[in-house]
Amino acid sequence: MKAGQSPGASSKTNLRRIAIDPISRIEGHGKITLLLDSDNHIHEARLHIVEFRGFEKFIQGRPYWDVPFFVQRLCGICPVSHQLAAAKAVDQLAGVDQLTPTATQLRRLLHFGQMLQSHALHFFHLTSPDFLFGFGSDPMQRNIAGVLEKHPDIAMQGIKLRKYGQQVIEAITGKRVHGTGTIPGGMNKPLTTSWRDALLADIADILQWSEQAVQLNERIHTAHSEHADFATLPSNYLSLTGGKGELEFYHGGLRARYPDGVMIFDQCDYVDYQQILREEVRAWSYMKFPYLQQLGIKQGWYRVGPLARINNCDVISTSLAEAARRRFMAFGGGGLVHNTLAYHWARMIEALHCAESIQHLLHDPDITGTDLVVEKGDRRNEGIGVIEAPRGTLFHHYQVNNEGIVTKANLIVSTTSNNQAMNESVRLVANQYLDGKEITEGLLNHLEVAVRAYDPCLSCATHALGKMPLQVELIDAEGALIHRLVKHSDGQFKT
Amino acid sequence: MTDQKIRIATASLAGCFGCHMSFLDIDEKLVQLNERIEFNRSPLTDIKHCGPSDIGLIEGGVCNADNVRVLREFRANCKVLIAVGACAINGGVPAMRNYFDLRECLEEVYLHGTGVTNPQIPDDAELPLLLDKVYPVQEVVRIDYFLPGCPPPADAFLQMLMPLLDGKAPHIANNQLHYD
Ligand code: SF4
Repeated sequence: MKAGQSPGASSKTNLRRIAIDPISRIEGHGKITLLLDSDNHIHEARLHIVEFRGFEKFIQGRPYWDVPFFVQRLCGICPVSHQLAAAKAVDQLAGVDQLTPTATQLRRLLHFGQMLQSHALHFFHLTSPDFLFGFGSDPMQRNIAGVLEKHPDIAMQGIKLRKYGQQVIEAITGKRVHGTGTIPGGMNKPLTTSWRDALLADIADILQWSEQAVQLNERIHTAHSEHADFATLPSNYLSLTGGKGELEFYHGGLRARYPDGVMIFDQCDYVDYQQILREEVRAWSYMKFPYLQQLGIKQGWYRVGPLARINNCDVISTSLAEAARRRFMAFGGGGLVHNTLAYHWARMIEALHCAESIQHLLHDPDITGTDLVVEKGDRRNEGIGVIEAPRGTLFHHYQVNNEGIVTKANLIVSTTSNNQAMNESVRLVANQYLDGKEITEGLLNHLEVAVRAYDPCLSCATHALGKMPLQVELIDAEGALIHRLVKHSDGQFKT
Repeated sequence: MTDQKIRIATASLAGCFGCHMSFLDIDEKLVQLNERIEFNRSPLTDIKHCGPSDIGLIEGGVCNADNVRVLREFRANCKVLIAVGACAINGGVPAMRNYFDLRECLEEVYLHGTGVTNPQIPDDAELPLLLDKVYPVQEVVRIDYFLPGCPPPADAFLQMLMPLLDGKAPHIANNQLHYD
């Protein structure tokens, strides 16, 4: 924790700044800043994304078939999501609309493995200490090592669930992190029967542990009625769903609902995303703020990810997860569930769906087939790939020239879509739990708990690249900014 | 936690967390390791500043002023500092930005990006100053060991750490040395 004056945040005088820097037990680099007056009333609470990469720029000039393997290095937790979204765009660039059954099933299996390991990591390794020990518990214990000591069974289940998801990925891409699997029009190698059998040997345990993870969340939410009021946020929701309105991660149409459950649109073709979404830039974060164009900046922000998907879908195609979904919706009293901490519960329902789907796919005779690639068709100059990544809807959009060299790229990474919601949640919790109080470490962790619910992946979300202009600032004794000069690229100083 | 435990701190600078993930890919062996070590600052704990530690693992290169501060804090507090993965060792994929004019890139994303409203370049003082280039960590501080790979395989982490816990020099088997 770093308390001190910051010139930029407090151009208002007499406000004290507190920063949680870095936010921990999440992936990527972010910080929360609070501005408080002398009575500890909160004047401003913000989540800043402080990191900056730039894939959209430096992918320009690369051949399009390189793209999936560069972009997956946006994120070591969900590299497969980026590889697959890019691969779907790359298929279009290669003039391919339909993959072989085996290639399609392999990609789906790969995606379920990815979703399972990422969800397990988030719940067990990163978040569970908040729920098992309490939001304001001893920070020295509030981590996976503490869970291993005090709740070894739960920690081990998490470790093994994550391991299994990683093994699925390894079986298909050769490596657990940053392997290769997709190629334009298909996949580069079959799943061996020895891998399939090894994975099948463990699936019964995986199903059981996934169910227990759902039950653990059900117990947490029923035992702690106060969770229902923690950062609860009626919002719009966006996700892909399948053609029958079912939960779908790999391919589907875009669906959005209002907070009361009424449909904003349904089964929109994602290649038209530019007509649906816009992104606003704000000076204090490198992460943009997307919104639904038809509702405008103020009303149009929305949430994505497990809570959005479970709220949005009409049914889940696997039986255990569907039963869990019904219990979840019943908990919400029939309407949509806006409870922010219910993200975790929804996430474990999805993990269970992954386990069941992996079992089905491993029994599908096509899965070990060797017909992996289709002939490329006529090259196209534009490709748009969209999937549901663990953290929400993920958009990859590429334009290439006639030599197949990327000329433009646009990514809307899942966490970006939750930017407004995460900021709203931080503000809600700051006002509800911290306002006017003596600020303690435990209270500050409440803000992080709100952010963690979204499982933000801030290294993905900060794919933009660049450099800050050189700044010179004049600050008075109170820390207030009196004057700021910025040196621009043309060498001129401007205010 | 006893005092005999070896303290390990980890940080991700300009990296993708894939090296941290590969470390967690030691799976159940985390239990044995946990008996001998305790984590200090790490994305896995809520310790926000690196305290005195025996071993520091750094993922990712150096792209902004914050990275420099964290890296120096690690060097000052860790007896042994290890650069983990391609990004820490030579900048990796994020260093691909070194070939571009950065101003132009910022404009690409925040001014000329697809579907951008309110185009402007974020410049709040809460955002750390970006460096002109992405630098390997050894250009900023002294590094004791380098563990290559993108990411290094899980076993390579164990082959690096286990001897160090016993006060011996690590030896990484050839088949664990990856340069992907
Ligand atoms: S070396 Fe590879 S895995 Fe490690 S941080 Fe860099 S891109 Fe990620």
